Amino acid sequence: MSSQDIPEENLPAAQDHPHGSVSVADEETPFADPGMPPHEHRAQDIDERAAKRSERAVALLFTISMLATLGFIASYVTIPHDKSIFVFPIGHISALNFALGLTLGVALFCIGAGAVHWARTLMSDVEMVAERHPIAADPATRAQVFEDFHQGAAESGIGRRKLIRNTMFGALALVPLSGVMLLRDLGPLPHSSLRHTLWAKGKLLVNVNTNEPLRPEDVAVGSLTFAKPEGLEETDEDFQNEIAKAALMIVRLLPEDIKDKQELAWSHEGIVAFSKICTHVGCPISLYEQQTHHVLCPCHQSTFDLSDGARVIFGPAGHALPQLRIGVNDEGYLEALGDFAEPVGPAFWERG
Amino acid sequence: MSTEANEAPRSRGKAPAGERVADWADGRLGIYSLAKANMRKVFPDHWSFMLGEVCLYSFLIIILTGVYLTLFFHPSMNEVEYHGSYVPLQGQLMSEAFNSTLHISFDVRGGLLIRQIHHWAALIFLAGMFVHMMRVFFTGAFRKPREVNWLFGFLLFVLGMFTGFTGYSLPDDLLSGTGVRFTEGAILSMPIVGTYISFFLFGGQFPGHDFVARFYSIHILLLPGIMLGLVVAHLILVFYHKHTQFAGPGKKETNVVGMPLLPVYMAKAGGFFFLVFGVIAVIAAITQINPIWAMGPYRPDQVSTGAQPDWYMGFAEGLVRYMPGWEVNFWGHTLVLGVFIPLVLFGVVLMAIAVYPFIESWVTGDKREHHILDRPRNAPTRTAFGVAWVTVYMIGLVGGGNDLWATHFHLSINQVTWFVRIFFFAGPVIAFIATKRICLGLQRRDKEKVLHGRETGIIKRLPHGEFIEVHEPLSQEQLHTLTAHHQYEPAEIGPTVDENGVERKVKPTERLRVKLSNAYYGKDNQIPKPTVDEYKEITSGHGHH
Repeated sequence: MSSQDIPEENLPAAQDHPHGSVSVADEETPFADPGMPPHEHRAQDIDERAAKRSERAVALLFTISMLATLGFIASYVTIPHDKSIFVFPIGHISALNFALGLTLGVALFCIGAGAVHWARTLMSDVEMVAERHPIAADPATRAQVFEDFHQGAAESGIGRRKLIRNTMFGALALVPLSGVMLLRDLGPLPHSSLRHTLWAKGKLLVNVNTNEPLRPEDVAVGSLTFAKPEGLEETDEDFQNEIAKAALMIVRLLPEDIKDKQELAWSHEGIVAFSKICTHVGCPISLYEQQTHHVLCPCHQSTFDLSDGARVIFGPAGHALPQLRIGVNDEGYLEALGDFAEPVGPAFWERG
Repeated sequence: MSTEANEAPRSRGKAPAGERVADWADGRLGIYSLAKANMRKVFPDHWSFMLGEVCLYSFLIIILTGVYLTLFFHPSMNEVEYHGSYVPLQGQLMSEAFNSTLHISFDVRGGLLIRQIHHWAALIFLAGMFVHMMRVFFTGAFRKPREVNWLFGFLLFVLGMFTGFTGYSLPDDLLSGTGVRFTEGAILSMPIVGTYISFFLFGGQFPGHDFVARFYSIHILLLPGIMLGLVVAHLILVFYHKHTQFAGPGKKETNVVGMPLLPVYMAKAGGFFFLVFGVIAVIAAITQINPIWAMGPYRPDQVSTGAQPDWYMGFAEGLVRYMPGWEVNFWGHTLVLGVFIPLVLFGVVLMAIAVYPFIESWVTGDKREHHILDRPRNAPTRTAFGVAWVTVYMIGLVGGGNDLWATHFHLSINQVTWFVRIFFFAGPVIAFIATKRICLGLQRRDKEKVLHGRETGIIKRLPHGEFIEVHEPLSQEQLHTLTAHHQYEPAEIGPTVDENGVERKVKPTERLRVKLSNAYYGKDNQIPKPTVDEYKEITSGHGHH
């Protein structure tokens, strides 16, 4: 931009206020509000060519947006939904998702960029001042409101006829009870359902992965096996509810490694079965450290020692994992010798 | 532009079509008086005022994309076998909810994009609200007359968390199901009513067959309905109160300085909606979020490692992770403190920030309206409290990801957990003290600047060999801006003896208020701002420093 193109009155020398005006502080009241600073012109305000350039930039952005929308439609029609492409550095991604998202993003972004650029360069940037008014009403209005209210209240007689008032309050207080009653059938009462699982005397321990009943020789030292009670199938109506309580993890320890007496008594040849459901808030425990016999819940890191009654050795769980008493039936399969002795999963008020 | 150019007298023909439509609407809706008050309404400009807009626009984006998703999503827990186009899950049993989410992701063209925009926008919505809330807090924008709007905003943040949680639980995938299980465990920990609430929420034992359908109506109807109402109320109050502004030349408590709604603010704010939407769309194009197909359908006996909630629930997750596992058994009952205390703390920590405006106004006893924002440094105790609160929140987030900290930085999970346990208490105290020191230091620097001017960095050597640093005096605009803030006097306990010599009892609440007031505004808790006399004394003898 050369200076001869700019009208004379817009040259710095001819302006009233120098750019970046620095007012020298008043001697008497240096901290007083000096008032609004003078408006500073932008290039677009004084140079029509600069303004034209901004106009073209805004129009270009809007045009790019239009093209991007056409690109969106073209992508939607032409790109197969199962095609994947390699994009550095993201990796292999869905081509359709990538194309649709980029074109939509560009179409939207360019409308926004155009509007903001328009506002910043071509619309007036002269600051305006508006007065505020107190939020609270003036005393006259306040007095009027109270007068009206008292008159209305007096006309209703609510203060005088106490019988009406009190019975109305009573009725209004009681009527929501119907709504509360209607919520009763949201679910059954807990009763003792949290105390029982599908395990019972004689139920075989079935491997969750193979769906085959487990024999002692299937459980190797150092392995972690997950089991479910015999007869529970994935396709069962209440499979999720039952497995949420009955899920079992089985490990084999050397009998001499078992420190807890009851644990040893409830085991079979060093094979122990514990509830898989964490006693903290119910995540399934799935990380087993075979050297230390510790299991770790991946959700909140509660750690249990399977060689010592599954007591908690770290983390937020409050009590040991319940153990299932197991034995071997006549045909050599592992079987439960009863249900868990205590509720599995997270603790609750009635647990005791 | 064209309507302005056509301002010819109307006598010869009909008014322009736009005007006739406007007249029609005004005759029925009275839009002109509304437009008169608002069309050229002035909005002050500051980058931080944009944060609230990010929230508003991401909320709108969530509603738009959410409506689209409802067209394809089946909120049902009926078990079906998968036969869609994602090969690895062929033949798997899964709920219809999971099945339809896979359908949206793989078989509806653009469905994955909308899902990802929806989820990303939710994360940004919550993050925006958090940062916006902090902006309002640290600048004191919550003061009278805006306390109610602060509460509306706080409610939006809390409801947003629960809307997000119920939303990401809908696909019934392994990760979100684990989160729902955690919620059920937390509900069970509530004394007396826990099991009942759990059974009523899940329609029986966990997981049951109902929670997806119930969460669905909560997620798409109940909570967003309330939130939409609150957003509208929030905006109406912003309009009614007029926006706050920072101190500066020409800016007073009694005015508002800025740009008019039409055209500048409308173009900028309207354009900003498209900018936010555009950026989120690009993020959704290139950044995968919540790949439920990789996690598989939910089964209560399965889990993956590194399970994390969405970020806004990480604070609650942290509380649950680092709380010791206390359990008290008595008279056949169990008090599950290890889970119940975090549940209570979750509410207490959130409430602490919600009620803060009322505590501060009680301490100051200030009944005036405040429209000029504070710079955080000029309210050191408030700022220190805010940073302490953020510290508690962030410690919670660290605790919520303790496994990720351990695996990514090769730390011991036990040490990370113990660090968090200790710093849950120590962190906010350290943050409070450090922040207050920093604020007071910045106040001193402002005072120095006002009295001695700006350091120019120029060293001048005087004829007799002395070196002096040249300071440049500030302009009146700068002097005004740096000294415009109001400083409170600490409260004092009034006379304990009345005019008749009878002893008056000082209420404990009054003592507490005086104590707090001194902690806020007493000696050493704020730097007295420079007075005109100090300024004159220093500037009168030019050249002396």
